[in-house]
Amino acid sequence: MSATLGYSDVEVGTLIPEREFRIRREDLVRYCGASGDFNVIHWNDRAATDVGLPGVIAHGMYTMASAARLVTDWAGDPGAVVEYGVRFSSFVPVPDDDAGAALVVSGVVAKKLDDNQVVVNITVRCDGTKVLLGSRATVRLS
Amino acid sequence: MPLNRDFIGRRFVADTPFPVGREHIRQFALAIREDSPLCHDLDAAKSAGYIDLIAPPTFLTALGMWRSVVPLHDPALGLDYSLVVHGEQRYSLRRPVVAGDEIIVSGMISGIRNAGRNELMIIDYEFATTGGELLATARSSLVSRGTAVVESGTAGVENG
Repeated sequence: MSATLGYSDVEVGTLIPEREFRIRREDLVRYCGASGDFNVIHWNDRAATDVGLPGVIAHGMYTMASAARLVTDWAGDPGAVVEYGVRFSSFVPVPDDDAGAALVVSGVVAKKLDDNQVVVNITVRCDGTKVLLGSRATVRLS
Repeated sequence: MPLNRDFIGRRFVADTPFPVGREHIRQFALAIREDSPLCHDLDAAKSAGYIDLIAPPTFLTALGMWRSVVPLHDPALGLDYSLVVHGEQRYSLRRPVVAGDEIIVSGMISGIRNAGRNELMIIDYEFATTGGELLATARSSLVSRGTAVVESGTAGVENG
């Protein structure tokens, strides 16, 4: 409705520059409360290691939300997303320190559709490993 | 313990709507560090043409979690939530969710199947307003780690 980026300003192959998104324990605690997902593996190391995880891991939906921000910041409107899908391919461990985990996110316009919509392929890595696969958003530009 | 396949095909509809509040949108945006004024500042949202604050595109997850319409914690389903990780998520949004929406969530367990030692449970959601407007659909795939029964009835549980 109010994307600031124009459909005519992008082409297939247009890159969305890489950005880093940090996830710290505090973010996960906030996300537990805001999302209602209180799964112990997102806040309790003891419980996480008991079920064979390396420690507390980020909510997959937190990673998905961070990746969306790359695209919605680019488009200029969090309401511009029409379709968005991801596969979670690897855990994002969030250590109990000030640095947390770093997601490195980039995107490329893969397709231009009708109705001012474009398809963006998003790449999300943590420590060099792809943590989302097939991550794709369709957004409506102005 | 494997998941109860009897749940496949069951559809659940919330008996009360989920009212989307401004503060909930702000809290969710804060949690994911979404600082767009359209999620925080009513005047900015209205200037952009929206009737109220808009929710970030993954906000609908909060409706499913805060008031789960699909009985994930029903002992009869047999899901140990600490063994669950998210496999796949997809949203199709007709328009952004805005503060003031009253949303009826429905969800169907579309499938449960083995994937190696894990089980996959597919849930299809629909989000409609109390006025009957379909806002969005979603598909969630949850992975129940190590709960598949593999070969001669031996449970594939590795981690508790």
